[in-house]
Amino acid sequence: MSAVIEEHHDHHDHKPSGIGRWLFSTNHKDIGTMYLWFSFIMFFVGGAMALVIRAELFQPGLQLVEPEFFNQMTTLHGLIMVFGVIMPGFVGLANWMVPMMIGAPDMALPRMNNWSFWLLPGAFGMLIASLIMSLMGMGSAPNFGWTFYAPLSTTYGPASTDYFIFSVHLMGISSIMGAINIIATIMNMRAPGMSYMKMPIFVWTWFITAYLLIAVMPVLAGVVTMMLMDRNFGTSFFNAAGGGDPVLFQHVFWFFGHPEVYIMILPAFGVVSQIVPTFARKKIFGYSSMVYATASIAFLSFIVWAHHMFTTGMPVAGELFFMYATMLIAIPTGVKVFNWVSTMWRGSMTFETPMLFAIGFIFLFTIGGFTGLMMCIAPADFQYHDTYFIVAHFHYVLATGAAFSIMAAVYFWIPKWTGNMYDEKLGKLHFWLTAIGGNILFFPMHFVGLAGMPRRIPDYSLQFAEFNAMATVGAFIFGFSQLIFLYNVIKTIRGGEKATDQVWEGADGLEWTLPSPAPFHSFTTPPTVK
Amino acid sequence: MRAAKHVAGLLGLMFTSEQALAAYQMNLPPGVTSFSQGAYDIHTMVMWICVVIGAIVFGAMIYSIIYHRKSKGAVSAEFHDNTAIEIIWTVIPFLILIAMAIPATKVLLAMEDTSNSDMSIKVTGYQWKWHYDYLGEDISFFSNISTPDAANLSTNASVKKDDTYLLDVDNRLVIPEDTKVRLLFTSNDVIHAWWVQAFGVKKDAIPGFINESWVNVPDPGVYRGKCAELCGKNHGFMPIVVEVKTKEDYAAWVSGQKTAAAEAAASAEKTWTRADLMSHGEKVYATACGACHQANGEGLPNVFPGLKGSAIATGDIAKHIDVVVNGVSGTAMAAYGPQMNDADLAAVITYERNAWGNDTGDVVQPSDIKAAR
Ligand code: HEC
Ligand code: HEM
Ligand SMILES: [Cu+2]
Ligand SMILES: [Cu+2]
Repeated sequence: MSAVIEEHHDHHDHKPSGIGRWLFSTNHKDIGTMYLWFSFIMFFVGGAMALVIRAELFQPGLQLVEPEFFNQMTTLHGLIMVFGVIMPGFVGLANWMVPMMIGAPDMALPRMNNWSFWLLPGAFGMLIASLIMSLMGMGSAPNFGWTFYAPLSTTYGPASTDYFIFSVHLMGISSIMGAINIIATIMNMRAPGMSYMKMPIFVWTWFITAYLLIAVMPVLAGVVTMMLMDRNFGTSFFNAAGGGDPVLFQHVFWFFGHPEVYIMILPAFGVVSQIVPTFARKKIFGYSSMVYATASIAFLSFIVWAHHMFTTGMPVAGELFFMYATMLIAIPTGVKVFNWVSTMWRGSMTFETPMLFAIGFIFLFTIGGFTGLMMCIAPADFQYHDTYFIVAHFHYVLATGAAFSIMAAVYFWIPKWTGNMYDEKLGKLHFWLTAIGGNILFFPMHFVGLAGMPRRIPDYSLQFAEFNAMATVGAFIFGFSQLIFLYNVIKTIRGGEKATDQVWEGADGLEWTLPSPAPFHSFTTPPTVK
Repeated sequence: MRAAKHVAGLLGLMFTSEQALAAYQMNLPPGVTSFSQGAYDIHTMVMWICVVIGAIVFGAMIYSIIYHRKSKGAVSAEFHDNTAIEIIWTVIPFLILIAMAIPATKVLLAMEDTSNSDMSIKVTGYQWKWHYDYLGEDISFFSNISTPDAANLSTNASVKKDDTYLLDVDNRLVIPEDTKVRLLFTSNDVIHAWWVQAFGVKKDAIPGFINESWVNVPDPGVYRGKCAELCGKNHGFMPIVVEVKTKEDYAAWVSGQKTAAAEAAASAEKTWTRADLMSHGEKVYATACGACHQANGEGLPNVFPGLKGSAIATGDIAKHIDVVVNGVSGTAMAAYGPQMNDADLAAVITYERNAWGNDTGDVVQPSDIKAAR
């Protein structure tokens, strides 16, 4: 046995060939690559749906799609962006980077890693199949919003809801296995000398995120299972006519849902905390307060869920509790932003594409944080809730937040992945078009929301026309500039200026001590960390 | 600001062809009740706090981006920790939050106090209309969208659009000025949310639950709102219109409603002509059934069955009456028995049996419905 392993190590860059390399892969880099491509493809699928939505909303009146189909678009757009783009994108980054950053040869549980990836195409294939069937005139795809509130999704859900439930189960299993793997890797495979408080912040944020995933994905699985029972086996968890409680659905969903939004942002904090010091050529400011802030955000994220439910008629004591608890989250979030700014302060900065996206992230995420702060004030939230103001908030934190950080990460690490430098001019063009397009798209949503436009409507009255037209223009700029990104990525994979091992002048960390491109098995002999 | 308005207006003109543009606004309107004004004040305060913090943080970032760049010869400093400043920027935000929490708590407590109200109205959400029930007054009615051509809204792009496009209803909720009106919310099917921005009231209408809120509007006027919780296909098409009347006008309205109710009861007793049934039935169909079964009776494939030529609408009358009065449980076809009076039901069923070439020649009288109930 050990002889076999020895021999294997002798040719450690030998890769299996053909489709089998991907299908049966147990290699953290190949699996990371598949996650990232999956996320990228889903980004275009979900993006196309967003453009259908925005095209319909360009003018008042119904021009392109029927309300029923419009609802399917908003639902699938949300589900795909959350579960198919942001989450797999970050898991892909974790797969590639965590072993390299902690000095490990691979992930701790490579076969499970393979399985957690390969569940995803099945899950999303099923979800998208229900849309294809709907386009062919056979029933409706899920049409109840990504939050799938009961009883709209139970008693009143289309037949495809059962596919949706199964698909969510698969995604959940995939996420839980991925999270277990990341925790096992970080706990057991750090290089000698790398104590917890020496880990790169990206590893820290993923470590905490993985615990969040393990805590809340089972809750999501629980809530969809209760739906399944209600729909098919005569139970009445959420059916008031049978003694059930539709509000219970929302409590369980948001107990998952609020930590979920932090699952989508903590790794982004990690990425930005790697990039900003690199291009400021200065150590991260307040390393330990970054770690503690991340941990306190994670803790607080479990006790704020009902801020999504202020209008459900909670007792006033509950409203006050959730309002105060949510306000507290602003403090550690603020600490993070202050630390990034202090890292930049008196640094020696250059502005390559990853840094541009990271700075874009800090600006725009902070705007999303501000609207978050406004919304946690319950009496004001009565006016904001379920309007375009919310839509603006979560797109600032998710699209120009989480998605920006993934783009920053790809530009930052792609030289290490491929051995080639990306095209800096195209990268900058991509950044500026995305940032400008994104703001034309999302900023006016604050205005229409405050003016009173509800979310999830296919048609609107005339006073909202101007800003909707503007948002649609921004959407098309934002959407089409992603093709530049795609082109740039493909171009970099196929060739380009050779990257050095260090890649960036200010880069610091174990991943930069490996050759570029990184060898198939990262650290076969563990490095020593001083 | 004016320039921004101009640019946006121009953009709008370029893109919105036929229709006249309604005035747009960019901020939360202060509204007319003490809640909406309380919410507006807090909104304004928190927004300015955010603007100030933003100016400081973004200002520091921009300064640093301009002056601390390598191309300007900046050399990076060594510091990477400073406990004092870290404590300061944890404590100051905490104090700011307390300053925000105090007024927020006051406004919230006032909003939730529904005691000492002068009258109560029960608001029930239906897919996709509202029902208002004046408790203790024997007045109750449905309120449907009535933008011109409402039955065709979901399939026809060229319906006429004016300032109240999507914001008009057939029967308005009428309340007296300067009166504390308690509102009770519930739903007959999925969750809806009753929202009138000018009142600062948004409450979910949830099946099996009764939620409470209240309004006290100082001045007469017409106030418009919308459903704010996704409730299915026509969620975008269930507006709310509240008409606040002076106390005298309100009293007159109440007695008018009572007379109308008496007339309706009488009309259910009489025998209708076929023509009257058809013309009344067409109206009922347009407001109550067209959203699903469509104005042309063809339905939407695989979602809502067509009634044109359907076995039920052309077959056994008793079966047809049963479907409409009792609904089909477990589907979107609701029971209309509890929602409509005998005359409306008789008319709509007669209409369905004779429209779109169904031509059964059948006539259903209110008395037939009464017998079938
Ligand atoms: C919310 C959508 C909706 C509305 C509004 C609605 N229906 Fe229906 N209707 C349905 C659905 C769905 C069915 C099919 C039920 C089933 O599966 O048997 C149906 C079935 C029917 C049928 C039986 C048709 C057949 O061939 O099976 C009749 C008759 C009917 N509806 C009449 C009406 C009348 C009259 C109204 C207005 C008072 C109305 N419906 C309003 C959704 C609706
Ligand atoms: C300062 C931190 C934040 C605060 C105080 C905050 C607060 C809130 C509140 C109160 C709501 C509910 C509003 C309503 O529906 O009426 C909300 C919605 C939402 N937030 Fe945040 N938020 C913060 C950060 C984030 C982050 C980091 C993310 C994700 C990366 C996020 C994603 C969302 C999403 C997706 C919704 C809408 C969910 C839906 O209804 O579909 N938020 N936020
Ligand atoms: Cu939340
Ligand atoms: Cu609705």
